[in-house]
Amino acid sequence: MPNPVEDMVLFTLGPIPVSRIIVVTWCVMGVVIALAAVVRANLRVRTPGRLQQVVEGMLDWLGAEIRGIVGRPPEPFIPLVASLFIFILAANLTSLVSSLVPGLKPPTADITTTAALSTVVFLAVPFYGVAMTGTVSYLKTYVKPVFIMLPFNVISDVSRTLALAVRLFGNMLSGEILFGVILALVPFFLPLPLMFLSLITGTIQAYIFAVLTIVYIGGAVKVSEKHEAKETAQ
Amino acid sequence: MTMEMVAMIVAGATIAVGSIGPAIGEARVAASALESMARQPDLAGTITRTLFVSLAMIESTAIYCLLVSMLLLFKIGPLFEKAVEAAQ
Repeated sequence: MPNPVEDMVLFTLGPIPVSRIIVVTWCVMGVVIALAAVVRANLRVRTPGRLQQVVEGMLDWLGAEIRGIVGRPPEPFIPLVASLFIFILAANLTSLVSSLVPGLKPPTADITTTAALSTVVFLAVPFYGVAMTGTVSYLKTYVKPVFIMLPFNVISDVSRTLALAVRLFGNMLSGEILFGVILALVPFFLPLPLMFLSLITGTIQAYIFAVLTIVYIGGAVKVSEKHEAKETAQ
Repeated sequence: MTMEMVAMIVAGATIAVGSIGPAIGEARVAASALESMARQPDLAGTITRTLFVSLAMIESTAIYCLLVSMLLLFKIGPLFEKAVEAAQ
C-alpha cells in the first residue's frame, strides 16, 4: 500500500528535490496568474466581460464577508484573503483532474502546502494587528482578559495554526482516499457522485480557510480596538 | 500477532470511535441552525457563515483521528516493526 502522506520526488534541481506536488502547485499558480492577467488586460468600466463580472462579484462577496466579521473597511484585508481563497479553490478543484490520473493528488492534499498557507496566516495576524492598532495595543491582546491568560493565548495562536493546516489537509486527503477506495471497488458510475462531493468539499474548505483567516485577523484587530476604546473612556 | 497488525487494528478503532462524537455534534449543530433559520430567515446569511465555521471546528476532531490512524498505519506501525526486528 503506498504511503499517502509522503510524496514521490520527481527530479532534483541542484540541492532541492522537486516532488509531484510542487509541479502541480506551479501549474495551478500559472493558471491562476494567467487568468488574472487576462482579466486585467480586458478591464472595462462600461461593458465588463463575463470573467470580469465573475471576479468582481467574488471580490464584492468577500468584501461583504470581511465587513461583516471584522467591522472595518475590507480593503486592507482583500489582497491576502482573496489570494488565499482563489489559490486554495483552484488547488482543490484540481482533484477533479488528478483523481483520474493515478498517483496525482491536489496540492492541498499534502501537509507541506497547507502548513505553508497556515504559516502565512500565522504571520499575517500580528502584521495586521501591529499595522492597524500599534505594537503595544496588539501585545495587550495577549494579556486579555487577565494576565494569567498569557500562556493560553500563546498556545492558542500556535494550535489554531496547526488546526488550520491539518483541517484542509485532512479533508482533501480523506476525499482522495475515499475516491481511491471506491474506484478500486466499483470503477464505473459510483465514483461520479463522489467527484461532486469532492467539488463541494473543496469549495467549502476554501471558504472556511478564508473565513477563519478573516476571523483570526479580525480578532487581533477588533479586540485591541475595544481595548483602546476602554482606555480612552477611562 | 505482529506489531503492524496491532497498529492496523488500533487505526481502525481510532477512526471508528473518533468519528462518533463529531457526527453527533455536527448533526446537532446543523439541526439547530436549520431551526433558527426557519424562525428568522432574515439572519440566514449570518447563521450560515457561523454554521460553516463551527462545522469546520467540530470536524477537525474527526480529522485529528484520521491523522492519528494514518500515522499508525504508515509511520508508527512500520517503526514498531523495525524496532522489534532490531531487538530480536
